[in-house]
Amino acid sequence: MAQIALPKSELVLQNSPGLRGDMAIRRVGKVILTIMPWLGYLFLWLPILVLILFSFNQSRTNAVWNGFTLDWYKLLLSGQFSTEKRLSTQYLIQAMGNSAFVAFFSTLIATMLGTTVALGMERLVFRGRRALDLLLYLPVVIPEVTMGLSLLLFFSGVFRGLNQLTGSQLALSLTTVIIGHVVFCMPFVAIVVRARLAGMSRSLEEAARDLGADEWRTFRYVTLPLLMPGIVAGGLLALTLSLDDFVVTLFTSGVNSTTLPLFVYGMIKFGVNPSINAISTLIVCVSMGLVLFSLILQRNRG
Amino acid sequence: MAATPLPYNERRQRIQVRLLVWPATAWLIAFFVLPLLVVFLYSFLTPSSLYQASGPLTLDNYARLIEPTYISVLVRSALTAIVATVICVLVGYPLAFFVATRRPAVRNFFLLLVIVPFWTNFLVRTYAMEFLMNDKGLVNTLLIDYLHLITDPLSMMNTPFAVYIGLIYGYLPFMVLPIYTSIEKFNFRLVEAAHDLGANDLRAFLRVMLPVTLPGVLAGCILVFIPALGAYVTPDLLGGAKFLMVGNQIKQFVDSPTGKPFGSALSVGMMSIVVVALLIYYRFADRDAA
Repeated sequence: MAQIALPKSELVLQNSPGLRGDMAIRRVGKVILTIMPWLGYLFLWLPILVLILFSFNQSRTNAVWNGFTLDWYKLLLSGQFSTEKRLSTQYLIQAMGNSAFVAFFSTLIATMLGTTVALGMERLVFRGRRALDLLLYLPVVIPEVTMGLSLLLFFSGVFRGLNQLTGSQLALSLTTVIIGHVVFCMPFVAIVVRARLAGMSRSLEEAARDLGADEWRTFRYVTLPLLMPGIVAGGLLALTLSLDDFVVTLFTSGVNSTTLPLFVYGMIKFGVNPSINAISTLIVCVSMGLVLFSLILQRNRG
Repeated sequence: MAATPLPYNERRQRIQVRLLVWPATAWLIAFFVLPLLVVFLYSFLTPSSLYQASGPLTLDNYARLIEPTYISVLVRSALTAIVATVICVLVGYPLAFFVATRRPAVRNFFLLLVIVPFWTNFLVRTYAMEFLMNDKGLVNTLLIDYLHLITDPLSMMNTPFAVYIGLIYGYLPFMVLPIYTSIEKFNFRLVEAAHDLGANDLRAFLRVMLPVTLPGVLAGCILVFIPALGAYVTPDLLGGAKFLMVGNQIKQFVDSPTGKPFGSALSVGMMSIVVVALLIYYRFADRDAA
């Protein structure tokens, strides 16, 4: 019998495992798709929950539960909580203050720069727009070690030159940390604000122009309020990134510019008692608080 | 032709552009592009105890980079990053699929459930992993003291295994989010059509769903591979002295008095791998877009 050319669908039927096989495949698929997501969620959440739980554990040697206590938290406030001189309440508070200081200014500058550049990119056409697009995304894709290293070498060189020329005493400090933070925070703000701008309908602005408002008034009374949620979201993102940053800060901080992540790193390296869990829990609470805050803001603005 | 002044609107536009765009551009050029060029320059300098680096320009640092001791670290980092990326895809795709296929009312909740751990400090999260995997940590305590399954603690810390787990743990959300975006836009009628044409679930997935959601998978891969390659905290806290990755090595050299040129060379080497990865990504991403 001559070979009949079958349409592709028939060939698929002929080559598949048959009804039984297909049903087996479906069952396996369902099992995978039911189990793996929950395993995934467990994997993501368990370490953090365990960390928080055991910050209240009375046992010094980690994982055996001995009873509830707030001792580790009190220890953080008590003064010297390690043989290592630098791990004391005084330095902890200083580190927290430094983190807040850096985060405040980084967020401020990054939000201003990011918003203005987003407006420029979305609303204007100019030469080099594509190049700027690329330039804006680069800090996001570069490994942090490279960025930290580059800033360290840059500042060292610049400071050495300036110090020789003018006898100044510039060195790595909170300012250099802030400058580095702005570099990687600003693109994120720009991305968020651009997304918001792209999704905004122009009709309200056009209506304002039709009613006689000039560019500045339109911007101030129509565009800006509409854009605010995006700016705030971008700002919160920048704030979180700045507070959490470790690697870039590690490279660009000087002797007295320890931030909270650097301080916690020191604690971990010196194997301090479960106070690490305590400070980690506090950090987690602050992060969650910020996230909740941003969510509430989004809900209110609709 | 004499240069006539630009009409009012065009001049205004030019000023606007300058005001809006130049601050950010100047900042990036000064504090991002220039420093990177400085790194490139440093990689050609000779170490010197006076200023830590000086002329003459030399290729010694790169010659040293190719030596087995150092190139092995680079290769190991790349392989580790690749393995971590692959596992992230295998774990992240089902998770993203799950979130994307929930009812719209609860979808955001499940998405948040993925993102919220991601919002906590990376250092804290890595330490949490260390806490679990320690010889006296939760996993071992459960296995030994509570379940009595084994007597000696599983030595998980300071092993490649710990680093892999740490990397996957840290970067999984980076993989889930882009894949989620892709699947959310996916038209499941295509799968229906495939079924109608006689395909079983596996075939429908491999031939229809996977290719269409591939852009999300690729984006997730790049977002995981690059940070994993340059990871510092994870190998530092979880890998110990034996499992050195490029990031740690760069810091070691930069901290030493004469190590900055070689550290820069290492960094350039790592960046080359990043560029290669980006090129591969763009080649595949463009192919799909077409």
